[in-house]
Amino acid sequence: MVTLLINGQSHTVDASEDTPLLWALRDFVGLTGTKFGCGIAQCGACTVHVDGKAVRSCQLTIGNVGAKSITTIEAIGDTPMGARIQKAWADIDVVQCGYCQSGQVMSAVALLSHTPNPDDSDIDAAMSGNICRCGTYVRIRQAIKNAAKTV
Amino acid sequence: MSKYQKIQSNASTLSRRGFLKAGSAAGGGLLLSFYVPVAFAQGAQKPTPYVLNPNAFIAIAPDGKVTFQIPQAEMGQGVYTSLSQLLADELDVSFDQVTALPAPPIDAIYGSPRGHRMGTGGSQSIRSFYYPLRQVGASGRAMLVQAAANQWKVDSATLRTESGQVIDDTHGGRKLSYGELAPHAAKLTAPQKVKIKDDKDLKLIGHPVHRLDAIEKGNGTAQYGMDVRLPGMKFAALAASPVVGGKVAKIDASKLSGNLQLVQLDDIVAVVGPDFWSALKGLRALNINWNGGPYAHIDSAQIWKDLRATSEKKGAEAVAMGDADKGLADGTRLDVAYELPFLSHAPMEPQNFTVHVTPGACEMWGGSQVQTGAVAAAAKTLNIPQEKVTFHNYTLGGGFGRRLDTDMVEKAARIAQKVDSPVKVIWTREEDITQDMYRPAYRNVMSASLSPDGKINGWMHRIAGGSIQVRMSGKPLKDGLDRGNVDGALDNVYGVPNFRVEYIQSEPRAINLGYWRGVAPNNTIFAIESLMDELAIKAGKDPVAFRLAHLDATPRLKACVQTAAQKAGWGSPLAARRGRGICAQFAFGTYIATVAEVEVDDDGEVRVHKFTSAIDAGRVVNPDGMIAQLQGGLIFGTTAALFGEITVKDGRVEQSNFNNYRIIRMSEAPATDITVIKSTEAPGGIGEPGCTAGPPSVVNAIAAATGVRLRTLPINRDLLARRTA
Repeated sequence: MVTLLINGQSHTVDASEDTPLLWALRDFVGLTGTKFGCGIAQCGACTVHVDGKAVRSCQLTIGNVGAKSITTIEAIGDTPMGARIQKAWADIDVVQCGYCQSGQVMSAVALLSHTPNPDDSDIDAAMSGNICRCGTYVRIRQAIKNAAKTV
Repeated sequence: MSKYQKIQSNASTLSRRGFLKAGSAAGGGLLLSFYVPVAFAQGAQKPTPYVLNPNAFIAIAPDGKVTFQIPQAEMGQGVYTSLSQLLADELDVSFDQVTALPAPPIDAIYGSPRGHRMGTGGSQSIRSFYYPLRQVGASGRAMLVQAAANQWKVDSATLRTESGQVIDDTHGGRKLSYGELAPHAAKLTAPQKVKIKDDKDLKLIGHPVHRLDAIEKGNGTAQYGMDVRLPGMKFAALAASPVVGGKVAKIDASKLSGNLQLVQLDDIVAVVGPDFWSALKGLRALNINWNGGPYAHIDSAQIWKDLRATSEKKGAEAVAMGDADKGLADGTRLDVAYELPFLSHAPMEPQNFTVHVTPGACEMWGGSQVQTGAVAAAAKTLNIPQEKVTFHNYTLGGGFGRRLDTDMVEKAARIAQKVDSPVKVIWTREEDITQDMYRPAYRNVMSASLSPDGKINGWMHRIAGGSIQVRMSGKPLKDGLDRGNVDGALDNVYGVPNFRVEYIQSEPRAINLGYWRGVAPNNTIFAIESLMDELAIKAGKDPVAFRLAHLDATPRLKACVQTAAQKAGWGSPLAARRGRGICAQFAFGTYIATVAEVEVDDDGEVRVHKFTSAIDAGRVVNPDGMIAQLQGGLIFGTTAALFGEITVKDGRVEQSNFNNYRIIRMSEAPATDITVIKSTEAPGGIGEPGCTAGPPSVVNAIAAATGVRLRTLPINRDLLARRTA
């Protein structure tokens, strides 16, 4: 039994401590917005926030999360920055298949939270851990810039 | 069960019931199948949320909300949105009232008007459904107008529609909403002959609209097969034989914990558990010995040796104009070969399927590009009638051709046969990449000759590679020709007087082949456009000018080349080690010219800075969606050009995850500048042609930047590194 603080709520899950946060979220808590893409922190589809920092949840075991605060795609829209990013995404139709976009949004929110006016190299640095197979990078970059303008 | 899933399963039930009523009538002509009155009002045993379903595609609720059942799979290409535009414009409803849901797997009603089967591939959706779905929408509209005319006892010709209402101008502009009319319209016979809108009256078709799935895919609520959750559902991790045709030799399962179930099949081992991580841990704790079988000693070198040898033989003729051999003998001749590797699809959503096998039946959930094919695959695997298979198709986390195959359905069904509950079978990324149906490796043997005036006089293009059609059908080729492998090579857009294209089959050992985004043209266009560049250089001509000189017979492509070159600043000076390259293509019914601008560093690393494309895809449904497909396709193709290669050692695929099967990342992604050329010609496809435009334009740009001609993909950085002697 491990207790996790997810999106402001306490969840006790009957999973072993070595379970990656990704699978605890998906299979135990039922939050399937966080995606499995590679399992080795190469694609970023599983990105969540732990104490506000973007983290690959496939590499963080629940035994190591402790009392830290976890935010997932399901709740990021409740924050002003999350809502702003999601609106910027929708405004220019960033998504295609959409499978990577939970992770893209989480990485973009983390970027703008720390760097309100990112330049291209800031965007490259913050977003290059998130693969998009459909190739929506051009629009992701634009959406981040658009969202930054509204900060 | 989420709200979305409830809606989805209601829709499936509704249409299944409708199909039972409609089935007998649907056997006739193709267009009839679109107009079959589903008449659930007579057949329904209990009320449903839908009050109008005149032809299996459209339902209108009392509050005016409109639901379309979309026959094509949504895998990112925006087809739910674009096909909804076709229906909504002709039906005359506001787009913000529209919801799109997957149509159930019924070929007789939802099969492509071209192929008579449900299937999403080959950039066919808009080309196949552009007029048929407009007619469906217009038919639905006519039924609503007739229902209003009946109620008001007026001639339907005096009525008009606007945004979900029928309006009677001759009686003070009185109105009835579609929601009010729907129950009455549902009882009418759908008209079979309807007039579609004039171009000037179109409000949605040809105008940019937002994707219907833009919100749910940005906030994590979109449901993929991977996200299915069912009461009592278990999870399975699997390992299939790492060598094609191999078998399980021996398993040591002594470390398997008690809450896990071992499923051992001939060529698959799976562990079933209460959650995926437990199952995967259990699988990894097994010690599995495989008997690799006859392919266990095959390496890439042997596959390429076979392919190269076969490619030198004469192939089956796919097209011939003039006399290619004579033409080649007359002029300055160039003989070259271009080689492309095996590629994995690597969609972001790894393969998965959830299956519940019950006595004599099965229900399944997952994402497929071939809905009825998935049903047939499960039925065959389980040896039950297709009617006993219920399939819920989901939005796909990428397709790219991977989900045109049904091996993931068959594997899941075989495992589910041994499990007493619904089971979600999830492939790891390693399983997804090593157990793919790969884009064939190809060798293009080409010859061309130049006349003294710089015109191409002779052209021979022989394509050698394995046949996906043969692998899928199990039947040999007729007369040795696989038309699926020569697409893009036959059109002779450059008007060469003596022209021949051949195909020769060369099946690779140890590799299963499948359709990959861009299909044959991702090979043929690369070869053609590489050769065009080499010919231009040999003729001493500018690559753009050389193509333009050969495009008088293909004016739409000529216009694309002129536009792209002008927008890209073709001919303007660039820094050292920077270059521009062009690709002109006609494929999937669409004309595109693309200029890539690249930079090559001293280590031979290539940075693609920008693509400038001009596209003429005929009539366009969603212009912004089309641009998105071209942007994404160019990047998809560039990934292949820069990184894509699957290799085999000891019968096993050597690449396994994104660390060794690289995908372009944000820091490497090129900018794009796309110009849409307006046209009223028949609509062309757009899902794939961007993908085919990337590699040749990049390689031609590399040649311009460095003087080095690359004839194989992925790019060889050693050849591009600047040597200091």
